[in-house]
Amino acid sequence: MSIWEYANPAKFMRTTDRLLPWVVGGAVLLSVTGVVWGFLTPDDFRQGSTVKIVFLHVPAAMMAINIWVMMLVASLIWIIRRHHVSALAAKAAAPIGAVMTLIALATGALWGQPMWGTWWEWDPRLTSFLILFLFYLGYIALWAAIDDPDSAADLTGVLCLVGSVFALLSRYAVLFWNQGLHQGASLSVQSGERMSHVYRYPLYTAMVGFGLLFLALLLIRTRTEIRRRRLAALQAREMRA
Amino acid sequence: MIDLGKYAFAVVASYGVSLALLGGLIWQTVAANARARRALEDHEKGKKNG
Repeated sequence: MSIWEYANPAKFMRTTDRLLPWVVGGAVLLSVTGVVWGFLTPDDFRQGSTVKIVFLHVPAAMMAINIWVMMLVASLIWIIRRHHVSALAAKAAAPIGAVMTLIALATGALWGQPMWGTWWEWDPRLTSFLILFLFYLGYIALWAAIDDPDSAADLTGVLCLVGSVFALLSRYAVLFWNQGLHQGASLSVQSGERMSHVYRYPLYTAMVGFGLLFLALLLIRTRTEIRRRRLAALQAREMRA
Repeated sequence: MIDLGKYAFAVVASYGVSLALLGGLIWQTVAANARARRALEDHEKGKKNG
């Protein structure tokens, strides 16, 4: 039994058919619990009720970066091993990543206005996130612009490699550029506890919930792409016959 | 009713925008999947019926 067996579209469809109800159930349960629990947390002594935004902002920002990393891995698998399912999974992940980045930017602006006194600042983390969002849009547009799916997978794979610089920059910008407004990590293993458990547990729940939500949407969207590819292949075969 | 105080707009707008974006993404994902499945099934059925 090898992981590469799942590169077979038929095997992928069979396996995900069984897996999907569990992933969807877990995603709904944990993301709704995390977000509702977060909304019901008490006000912070400094930030007031705006602390409730963290339960959307942090999971969305975490997923925005992690989804690009997942796309990078899937693109590398395509470039090196030419497995179609991995290229389709990268394509399927991009709109989810774009929405997560947009949520992180929008909630960040709405949070920043009362806390920093500004909606936007050309801060290293904010700017690298905006560039990451533009890379997501460019990636989606490039897939849509090229008819040949293999060429599209090749070119978007290269774009994904380049965009990875900004995905990493979004994560680590606050560590090596100190002039920004944005704080460091809200949760950090190295620096010990930085957040009260009143906020930490709902935040963990929301983060796992968003991760499962991404997985559920990714599996559904990849299945959609496989079906579209199969239909196109059948139609092309009939045209030739 | 939860009292959000003077930051009510920021909190409600954050939840509203996020849930609207996530709702739209989920709806688009499910709708596109249903369309693709139907199109493939119709094509395969059509082929079987000649």
